[in-house]
Amino acid sequence: MASVYFDGATRRHKGNARPSVDSVTLDIEDGEFLVLVGPSGCGKSTTLRMLAGLEPVDDGTIYIDGHDQRGVRPRDRDVAMVFQSYALYPNMSAEENMAFALRNAGMGKAEAHQRVLEAAKILELEPLLGRKPGQLSGGQRQRVAMGRAIVRQPKVFCMDEPLSNLDAKLRVSTRAQIAALQRRLGVTTVYVTHDQVEAMTMGHRVAVLNAGVLQQVDTPEALYDRPVNTFVAGFIGSPAINLVEAPVRDGQADLLGAPVPLQQRADAERVILGVRPESWTVGAQGVPVRVELVESLGAEAFVYGRPEGDPDGPRLTVRLEKKLRPEVGDVLTIAPVPAEVHVFDAESGQRLA
Amino acid sequence: MTAPPEISAPAPRSGPPAPVGKPPRRSGRPYGEWLLAAGLLLPNLLLLVLFTYRPLVDNIRLSFTDWNISAPVARYIGVQNYVAWFHDGNSHQVLLNTLIFTVATVGISMALGLALAMLLDQRLRGRNLVRSAIFAPFVISGAAVGLAFQFVFDPNFGMIRDLADRFLGVSVPDFYQQPGWALVMVTTTYIWKNLGYTFVIYLAALQGRRADLDEAAEIDGASAWRRFSKVLLPQLRPTTFFLSITVLLNSVQVFDIINVMTRGGPQGYGTTTLVYQVYRETFVNNKAGYGATIATIMFLILLVITVVQVRVMDRGMNS
Ligand SMILES: Nc1ncnc2c1ncn2[C@@H]1O[C@H](COP(=O)(O)OP(=O)(O)OP(=O)(O)O)[C@@H](O)[C@H]1O
Ligand SMILES: [Mg+2]
Repeated sequence: MASVYFDGATRRHKGNARPSVDSVTLDIEDGEFLVLVGPSGCGKSTTLRMLAGLEPVDDGTIYIDGHDQRGVRPRDRDVAMVFQSYALYPNMSAEENMAFALRNAGMGKAEAHQRVLEAAKILELEPLLGRKPGQLSGGQRQRVAMGRAIVRQPKVFCMDEPLSNLDAKLRVSTRAQIAALQRRLGVTTVYVTHDQVEAMTMGHRVAVLNAGVLQQVDTPEALYDRPVNTFVAGFIGSPAINLVEAPVRDGQADLLGAPVPLQQRADAERVILGVRPESWTVGAQGVPVRVELVESLGAEAFVYGRPEGDPDGPRLTVRLEKKLRPEVGDVLTIAPVPAEVHVFDAESGQRLA
Repeated sequence: MTAPPEISAPAPRSGPPAPVGKPPRRSGRPYGEWLLAAGLLLPNLLLLVLFTYRPLVDNIRLSFTDWNISAPVARYIGVQNYVAWFHDGNSHQVLLNTLIFTVATVGISMALGLALAMLLDQRLRGRNLVRSAIFAPFVISGAAVGLAFQFVFDPNFGMIRDLADRFLGVSVPDFYQQPGWALVMVTTTYIWKNLGYTFVIYLAALQGRRADLDEAAEIDGASAWRRFSKVLLPQLRPTTFFLSITVLLNSVQVFDIINVMTRGGPQGYGTTTLVYQVYRETFVNNKAGYGATIATIMFLILLVITVVQVRVMDRGMNS
């Protein structure tokens, strides 16, 4: 168990103009479950691989347990990794896969077997220990890969999208299992995903990465409630937040005709307003919206539409309770809940207060 | 007796569309596909039958005759040729030569090829040049290689002699006069030529291997040896299998190098392998029937070995 500290860690790949990971500074506590999330190609895997030592750190450094990892080989870092591909050794049985690292470290056969059995019990892998990866289902392989990581009792778990090869249902249940397992073992974990639902449900804290640059590191609630910029606001939450550019007049932003009072003194002439789908009220006053699509999920529904009379206007998403079910073509008048509106600078996209 | 055509003809596609699911089967299609497949296969099958199977059968037939290559007729003599071969004292020498030559080439050229491929799979400067240099001998004709290595092994002014003299201070045996050393010489020469082949195939396999397994092994702290034996070699298994069969079949058939360097000698049968014996009996001694017998024996041995290889590997890969 250990803390992890990224100190301005940077990775430049040859031939790319911008660094793939750009001065990431990130403090991960001992025993914490940190989720690294971001769109495809933003540098999540690279960041994780730098921690595991599979990728060099070109600038800055990474500390594990206070020790600078510069020049330390992956094998000497005491880090376990769960690969997206699982990277199970195809010629070895599940048991041999899990025992491989232990045997490499010189542990005796009997003791390694004992350790594997313990892990197998936790992961419900006992009846499958004799099978080779080719004879296992995707979910079972995933569990063997997890088992291979936990038998080692390492300082840090690195997991790179371990659920992305599972079907939706299995992903949800495995998500919960991994989170529970991590709590039980208390091993510092860095978990990479591009799925913001995974990020929000699993991590103690979530680090949002975009184009190699760390955007925000916070608890899932804080990330949702106080996104630092339009990128984080747009990335976290499903369906996505409504981001609408609005002119400012007399301390009030004009959201498609609906006035939104700004607490902060915005000198800017324009701001970007962020309104979550659930932060609208339906009533007599506000923005009339012509409904283009209704997504009914049973308990709730998401309505997509554009301002009435403005077919090129921004597409808005509104969450409705069960009792209200408009039809496509209906006009719905909505107004944002002022206290729940996020205000961002129109130029930089940064949050204003 | 035949039904009116209006009824037996398939209904034209009209009215309600066919239900979604399996497309309606057109009865002509499978037959047409058969015809197409047959048409495409025929030229190759024809060539195979004409130039591979027919000679094979012919050869087996000849092995039961006393055909002299210069004679117009061949007499059926039953299994006499086979009996003669098994009673010929030189046959054992020839078999042993073939065995040594083949096992050494298969083993050494595969091991060396893999070692070189692993070395040149790394990012080294000038590796492309070295790769080409290693592959080049494979595309040179065996006769040319044999000729070149005659100079390398020459007992008076050869490179080996020169090197041994200069760096080791020892004198080298006369590779052309001593049967054991002559076999070493032709074997070495063929390994040198064949190395390019095993090297290239292994290199391709190495480059197609899974990088994530290497990384997993590194994170799992596997020693270099365990990484090689437990992670890399199993991945190369299909390649190793492929090479073991192709190199075996090729090396058993080596003729040119032996013919150029030693003509099967010294001392009669010093470097004579089965193939070379076939040649010698057929074209030098004119005993074509006897040559065919040896060829048939060789064919049977190879058949058994290959079948066993396939079986063993099949079992290994399925477990
Ligand atoms: N070996 C490499 N050579 C050059 N560029 C690379 C290399 N590996 C990664 N990159 C670049 O680094 C950036 C980050 O890649 P990375 O694999 O970390 O993304 P990611 O966030 O894990 O994406 P994904 O969700 O698709 O897995 C990408 O723009 C990619 O093109
Ligand atoms: Mg990735």
